[in-house]
Amino acid sequence: MSQGSEGPAPVGPGPDQREMPAGRRSSQGIRVDPQVEATHESRRTVLSALVYHEPGVLAEVSGLVSRRQFNIESLTVGSTTNPETARITLVIEEPEPGVRQVERQLEKLQPVISVRELGDDAVRRELVVLKVHGDNPDEVNAITRMYDGTTLDAGPRTITVQITGDEQKIDDAIDAFRQFDIRELARTGQTALSRGDEWTTDAEEERYEQMRQEQAATDDDD
Amino acid sequence: MSEPASPTYPDEDEATEEAASSDRSTESQPTTGAEATVAALEAAGVEHVFGVQGGAIMPVYDALYDSDVTHVTMAHEQGAAHAADAYGQVTGEPGVCMATSGPGATNLVTGIADANMDSDPLVALTGQVPTDFVGNDAFQETDTIGITRPITKTNYFASDSDTVGDTVSEAFSLARTGRQGPTLVDLPKDVSNGETDAGVAEPDEEEAPPAAEPAAVEVAAEAVAEAERPLILSGGGVTKGEASEEVRAFATEYGIPVATTMPGIGTFPEDHELCLSWAGMHGTGYANMAISHTDCLIAVGTRFDDRLTGGVETFAPGAKVVHVDIDPAEISKNVHADYPLIGDAATVLEQLDEAMPAAPDAEAWRGRCQDWKREYPLTYDTPDDEPLKPQFVVEALDEMTDDDAIVTTGVGQHQMWAAQFWTYTEPRTYVSSHGLGTMGYGLPAAIGAKVAAPDREVVCFDGDGSFLMTMQGLSVAVRDSLDITVVVLNNRAIGMVRQWQDAFFEGRRMASEYPWIPDFETLAEAFGARGFTLREYDDVANVLEEAMEYDGPSVVDAHIDPAENVYPMVPSGGDNARFALSEDQL
Ligand SMILES: Cc1ncc(C[n+]2csc(CCOP(=O)(O)OP(=O)(O)O)c2C)c(N)n1
Repeated sequence: MSQGSEGPAPVGPGPDQREMPAGRRSSQGIRVDPQVEATHESRRTVLSALVYHEPGVLAEVSGLVSRRQFNIESLTVGSTTNPETARITLVIEEPEPGVRQVERQLEKLQPVISVRELGDDAVRRELVVLKVHGDNPDEVNAITRMYDGTTLDAGPRTITVQITGDEQKIDDAIDAFRQFDIRELARTGQTALSRGDEWTTDAEEERYEQMRQEQAATDDDD
Repeated sequence: MSEPASPTYPDEDEATEEAASSDRSTESQPTTGAEATVAALEAAGVEHVFGVQGGAIMPVYDALYDSDVTHVTMAHEQGAAHAADAYGQVTGEPGVCMATSGPGATNLVTGIADANMDSDPLVALTGQVPTDFVGNDAFQETDTIGITRPITKTNYFASDSDTVGDTVSEAFSLARTGRQGPTLVDLPKDVSNGETDAGVAEPDEEEAPPAAEPAAVEVAAEAVAEAERPLILSGGGVTKGEASEEVRAFATEYGIPVATTMPGIGTFPEDHELCLSWAGMHGTGYANMAISHTDCLIAVGTRFDDRLTGGVETFAPGAKVVHVDIDPAEISKNVHADYPLIGDAATVLEQLDEAMPAAPDAEAWRGRCQDWKREYPLTYDTPDDEPLKPQFVVEALDEMTDDDAIVTTGVGQHQMWAAQFWTYTEPRTYVSSHGLGTMGYGLPAAIGAKVAAPDREVVCFDGDGSFLMTMQGLSVAVRDSLDITVVVLNNRAIGMVRQWQDAFFEGRRMASEYPWIPDFETLAEAFGARGFTLREYDDVANVLEEAMEYDGPSVVDAHIDPAENVYPMVPSGGDNARFALSEDQL
């Protein structure tokens, strides 16, 4: 006396007999089209996020990155021209859909004002502080100079130097210093701005103009 | 009791003096952070809040004492959050729940996470130890902000009595706009108690709902018009965006079949010829066939959850995807969108309608969909020598209730039967825990739904396991004479787990059978509700009728066939087109 009580319930073919659709998607959910590349390789790229400088913002960003398993190389945070805002620079390694996901998920966070992926020509810098054994001060000094570095501290047992540059240069410098037996090192991770006239993130120009106007207004008052 | 922070109400004489010397009327003007909090709720049009008292939130409760907002005292904070969530699902406006610091706040967590997964509008207010104590591991201190950060749209630590009202207003408006979701305001006791004369801002003007890029709409419309096998997938965002009318209009005007997701149930009437009901793991065979064969999927307000897609490799493999969503982060998150249309569902559907150059030529396709409907109907057998079948109970109750009756559920097999065998024709009638799959959602949700819609019938289909998790809520329903009917589809097991063990763990039923289940009829009566036990087909109509007629909460303990399983089924990560109709097809 089921719903199909008038005789046996009509039942279509089982899983193996069914007519199956053609086609397939990649694990990234992209339709595999013979004409089009359906799988994206990972690439390393820099995202800059302008955020409100408020408690919890770093926790929000780092929490997002970890819970969504975004592949991240470094994350730096620091102040900007405007005391209300801070800039977070993320270096990520993700395939194309992943890059867009990081960008869009970041944009959803309440304290995030705007996010932008920087082009390959962006100016990027990183700083490393290295502490090596102090047995060969002259040689250490020579290598430090080759990398336009600065000696921060020199004692009988250790020498501490600083090198700044892009990621490749820092990697190379660390390699070069290995001969002195690096005792400790600290890298800051990359920070970056877009090159030339271009603003790094969308909201920045507006905020800058606003600040200038406020500045001008106070100047007039004086 | 060792509540640490003894209430530090502002000195009473001082408060009165100040009120007397002030020009403003004390009625409309808050004098403390707590009153500002309540004033903000009132300004937002809140009529009900669900919660449980406790030390750190006492000032806010005290402010409720003189307010028109009705407080529903719950038996457990998890229930408060679920009730508020269901209230939000039924009304479309944020439900409000409140709890004290520490255990009160952590008990809310499940309900907040649930709302977050389903984008349900919810505002949670939690008490917190006084600001000076924060970070000292004070009595009943938890880092509520830290705990709820990943499960809220955003949360706020109220730091100032003068701004707390605005913070609550902002939390409320954020919960209800854009992609809806839960927000939380953590209220340290000194901030609630602190004096303020800051008025509460008027709620912001409603912004026009966001529309999609016209150029993107144009190309998407062309793709739809050119499709031979178009299919609409109507998701929970259609409910949230009140776009049900637009989906109906679009589908019928262009003759496009409609499948829904589970949260989209009711957005398109299930008795309509074009309706294929809901797709996914336990969805209808015909919806899953249509999804697998469509060449143009118009997905509206869905996040392509894995319970819907199965393995993405085989999901709608030949379809160009038009994805309408208000949240840009959903675009191409799980399934690549060939035509992303970011905006409000109703607005974008109207745009799409206007841009359609012609109707797609889909007559043959509609025919195929009808064939699948005939080939794979949802059925069940009722042999004489087997116990009562749950599907029969669901259908029987559907027949005796109004179209706008609200169904809430726990999580498990019963939830699937309630979704499969009840015919939903209106949005906001199937109120469930989808994304989080929270056992225990059903009863508190029924309470929230009944408070939200006192004139509508409210039915909760529960499992015995789910019911045991939150049935203390019966005390609330009895106290407030809430006319709800709980039907426990009792299989003496956490059946969904048992079904998976039988199918995928060689029948090793570890911790899934509940032979020690209490007698729910007696239990219901002990709470002061009406209790019924149901075992025979012949009694189904009578018992359900009596339970529905009883003017107050009733519990029907329906002893169903423990061997009954949920089909169709697409195994986890499987191919939707290969849904199984029985265990031997898995
Ligand atoms: C809070 C919670 N704990 C555990 C689970 C895992 N789980 C999913 S379904 C299910 C069985 C539910 O049993 P019951 O409520 O009796 O419903 P039935 O499947 O028997 O209809 C369980 C344990 C869950 N979804 N939620």
